[in-house]
Amino acid sequence: MFWFFAAILVFAALRVITARNPVHAALFLVLAFCTSAGIWIQLEAEFLGIALVLVYVGAVMVLFLFVVMMLDINLERLREGFWSYLPIGAVVALLLVAEMALVLSGPYFGLDEAPRPASSPAGYSNTKELGRLLYTDYVYPFELAAVILLVAIVAAIALTLRRRKHGKYIDPAMQIKVRREDRVRIVSMPSEKGGNE
Amino acid sequence: MLDSLLAYPQTLLGPLWPAVWTLVKIIVIVVPLMLCVAYLTLWERKLIGFMQIRIGPNRTTFFGLSWLGGWAQPIADGLKLLVKEIIVPTGANKFLFVLAPIMAIMPALAAWAVVPFSPELVLSNIDASLLYLLAMTSLGVYGVIIAGWASNSKYAFLGALRSAAQIVSYEIAMGFALVGVLMAAQSLNLGEIVKAQQGGAGLFSWFWVPLFPLFMTYLISGVAETNRAPFDVAEGESEIVAGFHVEYSGMTFAVFFLAEYANMILISMLTAILFLGGWLSPFPASWGVLGASSFGWLILKAFLVVSSFLWFRATFPRYRYDQIMRLGWKIFIPVTLVWIVVLGAWMQTSLWIWWK
Repeated sequence: MFWFFAAILVFAALRVITARNPVHAALFLVLAFCTSAGIWIQLEAEFLGIALVLVYVGAVMVLFLFVVMMLDINLERLREGFWSYLPIGAVVALLLVAEMALVLSGPYFGLDEAPRPASSPAGYSNTKELGRLLYTDYVYPFELAAVILLVAIVAAIALTLRRRKHGKYIDPAMQIKVRREDRVRIVSMPSEKGGNE
Repeated sequence: MLDSLLAYPQTLLGPLWPAVWTLVKIIVIVVPLMLCVAYLTLWERKLIGFMQIRIGPNRTTFFGLSWLGGWAQPIADGLKLLVKEIIVPTGANKFLFVLAPIMAIMPALAAWAVVPFSPELVLSNIDASLLYLLAMTSLGVYGVIIAGWASNSKYAFLGALRSAAQIVSYEIAMGFALVGVLMAAQSLNLGEIVKAQQGGAGLFSWFWVPLFPLFMTYLISGVAETNRAPFDVAEGESEIVAGFHVEYSGMTFAVFFLAEYANMILISMLTAILFLGGWLSPFPASWGVLGASSFGWLILKAFLVVSSFLWFRATFPRYRYDQIMRLGWKIFIPVTLVWIVVLGAWMQTSLWIWWK
């Protein structure tokens, strides 16, 4: 099962960077997220797996697709600079590979360092355990992260907020409150005399 | 009885048995669901007809049983759509064009895996079933977006953009409403949530009483999530023809249709489970059959909720797009946030009587 998911994941991840159409690339990224959620669920991390689908696939990637679909990306122009950027890109990639190799081959990783976790008892709830840890042991880092995110939200909104000077904004509450007397004036007029029937 | 019947295929299939048996259970859920979807379309046309003092479809029948009204109408409609040609527009992305309806119906059906029909009767009794449902319903938007983009049509694309923004916005309010439910029930499992509503007060021990603002938010967000009137700007025919599925014909269109109605039934089933006590009976236990909790109560509650969806459609004019966004972001999200805080405080006091 793991190899099945892993093969799909690697394939999808490769297609993300090789697909010519950016929308296809974004959809392959969705596939990659779903597959890694599957792998996490197999590792008995069902809360994380479902949260990955919920947050990344359900919200982030939808907005991402939204933007990608509306952009008119000119592939020819994107490819123009390929050869001039290749050396620096290659250096960065090699650096990343070297760093990862250093970290992963160090003494703290490896099968011996991470023994197989004991299988969880019946009635064990992954979600409950995570919640307990987040709200007791790690409550301050958790709250701190929440506040930082809130600041980021407020900053993003403040940066893009602009009031239109001549916008024809309608207040729905005012619309609802409108009564007949405000709009219609009933005039009483004497009827015209002497029509020719 | 059932065990002895199942013993023979079990030995015959050997290691394949669990997969086959799960498949059988899936079919047992999906086939009645599809029939419900088919007859929901008929019920919608009939009910709206009654509300507008018309008869509704009354011609198509089997075996001349005309007193049943147009009870063969869904079958006839399905057959017609099945034999119609599927036209792929020029310049459309063929693969994604066909994938879109599949992406629409897949989550609508997959979500049923965790819906409990009675205390024991559930396909997959997972611990975090509420989270799973949220994840699945959030996937439904992909069908709409992909359809809009792959059709190579401006109307379809506009519809897809509207729908995506709307669904993502209302999902937040919906998620917060569910947070209230899981706080009150102290569980993410749907079966446990129903059990938490079991109280001495019958009707009033269900969660719609303490979570009334969340109940209303969930119900209205549910209408918006399924792109139903009065929130159906994604297919507003007066502005953008038919929205995201304007280029679809034949069975591809029918699959979108099935997905929409399956989602409607799912949302009303969930409303019944989360807020209206699921299979619990509104009457005291001493009333015999009426007082016993049963599958019938769940179906009845879901039926009433789904009928109210149709009622909304017959009653309200379509919302304007900016007002939909205003309702979602500026009214529902603050209401749910405030009520979650109120609920948290309430549960710490002795005034909270819903679970012991």
